[in-house]
Amino acid sequence: MAYSHGDGHHPPQSFWTRYVWSQDHKVIAVQYTITAILIGLVGLVLSNLMRLQLGFPGRFAFIDAQHYYQFVTMHGMIMVIYLLTALFLGGFGNYLIPLMVGARDMVFPFLNMLSYWVYLVAVLVLVASFFVPGGPTGAGWTLYPPQAILPGTPGDGAGIILMLVSLLIFIVAATMGGLNYVTTVLQARTEGMTMFRLPLSVWGIFMATILALLAFPALFVSAVMMLLDKTLGTSFFMPAVISLGQTLGYKGGSPLLFQHLFWFFGHPEVYIVALPAFGIVSDLISTHARKNIFGYRMMVWAIIAIGVLSVVVWAHHMFVSGMNPYFGFFFATTTLIIAIPTALKVYNWVLTLWRGNIHLTVPMLFAIAFVSMFTIGGLTGLFLGNVSVDIPLSNTYFVVAHFHMVMGVAPILVVFGGLYHWFPKVTGRMLNDTLGKLHFWITFVGTYLIYFPMHYLGFLGMPRRYYAYDNYQFIPPSAQQLNVFITVVALIVGVAQLLFLFNLAWSAFKGRLAGPNPWGATTLEWQTPDTPPTHGNWGEAQPVVYRWAYEYSVPGATEDFVPQNLMPEGEGEGE
Amino acid sequence: MALAIALVIIVVAAVLFHVLSPWWMTPLASNWGQIDTTLSITIVITGLVFVVINLFIAYAVVRYRRRVGRRADYQPENKKLEGWLMGLTTVGIVAMLAPGLLVYAKLINPPEDALVLEVVGQQWQWSFRFAGRDGQLGSSGIDFINADNPLGLNPTDTRGQDDVLVQGNEVHLPLGRPVKVLLRSKDVLHDFYVQPFRARMNLVPGMVTHFWFTPTKTGRYEILCAQLCGVGHYNMRGMVVVEDEAAFQKWLNSQPTFRETMTKTAATGGEALVKQGATLAQSQGCFACHSVDGSTRVGPSWKGLYGKTETFADGTTAQVDDAYLHQFIRNPTARVPKGYPPIMPKFDLSDQQLAALVAYIESLGQGKGKDAVAQQ
Amino acid sequence: MAMPLPLGRHEGGSTHPGRSATSPGKTGLWVFMAVVTMLFALLLFAYMMRMQLYDWHPLPLPWQLWLSTTLLAASSLALLVARLGVWRGRWGEVRVGMAVGGGFAIAFVACQGWAWQQLLEWDYGVAGNPANSFFYLFTALHGLHVLGGLIALGLTARRLRREGPAAGIAVQLCARYWHFLLAVWLVLFGTLGTLTPALARSICGGLLG
Repeated sequence: MAYSHGDGHHPPQSFWTRYVWSQDHKVIAVQYTITAILIGLVGLVLSNLMRLQLGFPGRFAFIDAQHYYQFVTMHGMIMVIYLLTALFLGGFGNYLIPLMVGARDMVFPFLNMLSYWVYLVAVLVLVASFFVPGGPTGAGWTLYPPQAILPGTPGDGAGIILMLVSLLIFIVAATMGGLNYVTTVLQARTEGMTMFRLPLSVWGIFMATILALLAFPALFVSAVMMLLDKTLGTSFFMPAVISLGQTLGYKGGSPLLFQHLFWFFGHPEVYIVALPAFGIVSDLISTHARKNIFGYRMMVWAIIAIGVLSVVVWAHHMFVSGMNPYFGFFFATTTLIIAIPTALKVYNWVLTLWRGNIHLTVPMLFAIAFVSMFTIGGLTGLFLGNVSVDIPLSNTYFVVAHFHMVMGVAPILVVFGGLYHWFPKVTGRMLNDTLGKLHFWITFVGTYLIYFPMHYLGFLGMPRRYYAYDNYQFIPPSAQQLNVFITVVALIVGVAQLLFLFNLAWSAFKGRLAGPNPWGATTLEWQTPDTPPTHGNWGEAQPVVYRWAYEYSVPGATEDFVPQNLMPEGEGEGE
Repeated sequence: MALAIALVIIVVAAVLFHVLSPWWMTPLASNWGQIDTTLSITIVITGLVFVVINLFIAYAVVRYRRRVGRRADYQPENKKLEGWLMGLTTVGIVAMLAPGLLVYAKLINPPEDALVLEVVGQQWQWSFRFAGRDGQLGSSGIDFINADNPLGLNPTDTRGQDDVLVQGNEVHLPLGRPVKVLLRSKDVLHDFYVQPFRARMNLVPGMVTHFWFTPTKTGRYEILCAQLCGVGHYNMRGMVVVEDEAAFQKWLNSQPTFRETMTKTAATGGEALVKQGATLAQSQGCFACHSVDGSTRVGPSWKGLYGKTETFADGTTAQVDDAYLHQFIRNPTARVPKGYPPIMPKFDLSDQQLAALVAYIESLGQGKGKDAVAQQ
Repeated sequence: MAMPLPLGRHEGGSTHPGRSATSPGKTGLWVFMAVVTMLFALLLFAYMMRMQLYDWHPLPLPWQLWLSTTLLAASSLALLVARLGVWRGRWGEVRVGMAVGGGFAIAFVACQGWAWQQLLEWDYGVAGNPANSFFYLFTALHGLHVLGGLIALGLTARRLRREGPAAGIAVQLCARYWHFLLAVWLVLFGTLGTLTPALARSICGGLLG
């Protein structure tokens, strides 16, 4: 599969080497994306089952408390790790990085292939936990010990063990992929592609990957230690406890140690999901507003600043955990400081729209919806980061609403926007516009209707992770009506995702043919000689980059975009 | 265009919702009004940003929508504008953070003379302890916990002998006196959450955590567990009753001291046996899963249990009688009643204690059981 | 201007030789070592936090650990010889260095196992005390990284046989990884031997409340 000078490239011929055991980053990206979407569908169904119980308590006999907690846990874990992380890094990262930096492939293609297959094993182990005795773990996606490994929590046997094993496998996969992405960005950029000419998508994914590489070890360590606590009876995290009347052999461990390690991973994880979204949305807005991204340099520095700050804010998840209360001052301050670069990104997105020539295409709709959704999610983060305001709101529906808006729905909107945007490059065909708009409106309005009112249940004090709320006097009956409303909307939004899936499947074969550059974009992935790009991406010659990624509507240019690899006039003698 | 309208509607609807929503913080019942103030400041600032950004987007989308022949401006950056925006943001952040940290400084410094209340959590119920006349709590430890000493007080510690134990999920507090709450857990993480008090804290096994507040309004307030603690998490309830000092003292004096609970003699039969069973059920935490009023919790209710015919997951049935109950409690997971998770633990009970417990269950169920037999 | 370029090998070739002198393999290894450093740093952090709690009893370090430290150092030294051989173009030295280095590394892993056995004989089981648990965890994770390195070393030896000098860079990377493994082990061993709860408390007390 190595290319030799002069004789072009030899793409692998058989079906198996081409689509299954492929080392081509584009095929691996599609494999990652399809797998993540499939497991994400499981997560979606689980969330609707939870909503059924909350909207119509007790109506569905098969959703008992045990199952409810299993649904909550698996929904969270699947969405955060196996869908969003895998999709942004393994899917978008794999597809976009080599194309956007002008490389022929990732620098370690074999490792890249391995990364996908290991990820698939992690997913299969996760799925397997649904079928073992006792079912999957119901410990909440945070898996806090001691509860996660004690009876009294569903799936405290095989369920939690498989969960931890699956996470360990996933981390191995993410590390293999991550080494590739980082090294490719650092080493395989084509001639002229300086770091400050990289599209923001690459910057976002690059920084997120660095965070993933440095943060996942914390999850790895805590998962290994909890696994040993569970299987060998060590006491890393387990104090002496009397569990449901039984004295256990544990002694002296600290549940808080787990929380520190978990959130040292868990908070950067938020940015592992958010930074690629930031990057991609910047490119979508710039392209479809036909205007350069406003303040590119500040945008890059903001990504770097957010990445760096994100590793010193973790304990804001632990304000009421019982840790030394004096740490509250430090972590509240760092957390609110991180709002400054984040706010700057929001300002620059909306300023990019200003005096643009805004094409309200489907990707653009999703991108703008993201800005609105992310703004509210970010703002509610200021409640929870400010330690004393967090105290009454912690572990209520306010938190649920906050993190769903900021790191659930907002990144998913970007995923949709990105898929509508790059689908023509991946398949050579456009996604259906009408279906796309329908999908957009139901998803955008629906998620607002679900999550905005939910904040108010949190103000009221409704705790999260409750199977039922009967007989609580401070919760008025009207709260139940609101829950019914939210459930109905959630079901509609859930079903509406079928539109999207249908659109993907149908358009891949029957969609309108797209040209090589349907959106008139400047970045390199739109300048490939073939659409979809073939193995090796660039045919005979890799592109040479002459300018930054955002030459839209440059005064004096004939078109309203100038591709990064277009040779400036007067320099062309050599060709 | 539709997008701009949608964004404007979202802004208007959000503001209206905020004003008209019937769902809001429960009325404050503690001294932590400053938390509410900080929250209000945060709502105003963030609300303003939310409105401005969304309206700005809506305006831009309409004003700069695609027109044939139009070109967007080319403006890579504007350092001055970015500087101003960052500066303004910083001011907003400080305006929220400063009052927040000021309250927090008070929040973590309980007054010296505060009344000390110990809260002990276990799946899925609360217990409480106050210091006795000596004003000191005795030491405690997981190793001391047994059927007679459910809170695990050190029996040899003289300071603990007069400690007042509150079994059951209801605790009383005097109005207007600062309370320092010490929290510990026997098994997993819990969280002592009384929304009207605002302040709260996790219970962590292996350590003692704390927080403080001053109740400022009489009334009954629900205690919730707000840290996922297993399948019965949503049912881990309790009640705080805030009342005037005199009523509180009266209530406190009616609660047993540690010494009293330890010197109880074992009952032998009849009424006394049932009563011992009831106390035992309370101290062993049976009520976390079994109600006595017929409502279903994690396990079946004890009301009407005795004498009924139980169906098992494997389809077999059995009559609930003395022998069955003895067998079941000794080995609870051997047969699993249909519709309930197989999570009942084995309890370390003496034969006499077991007899008392069964007698208690029988006392709750016989009437109904007899009816059932009569119907057959 | 634009030039057709050969696409590099799987683990090798830059797609643009003019861009930078470092090979992707080198960069990749540095990134990987950063990840492993993070892993062990977090383990040490957990170790420091955990040892401040009341039930900590340090365990005696068996003498076999000194032997295994010597073996790993010898292994690292042998790979240094191999690496210098690449520089000087003496391929015989390279092969000997790699073989000897691999042998010492296998001996190191075996010796660590011997140390485990000794501890088990003294009745220091993995769940006996958190100090024991951490000891086994440290050595096991480090050992796994050595085993992973041995696989890479084996693959490099095969390439060396097939491709000769072209595999020189891979030998260098192996040597670098070996020095790294030695450094990690020295830090772990040093920590196990010298860090006391009091010292840990003065470094990072209080996070647990």
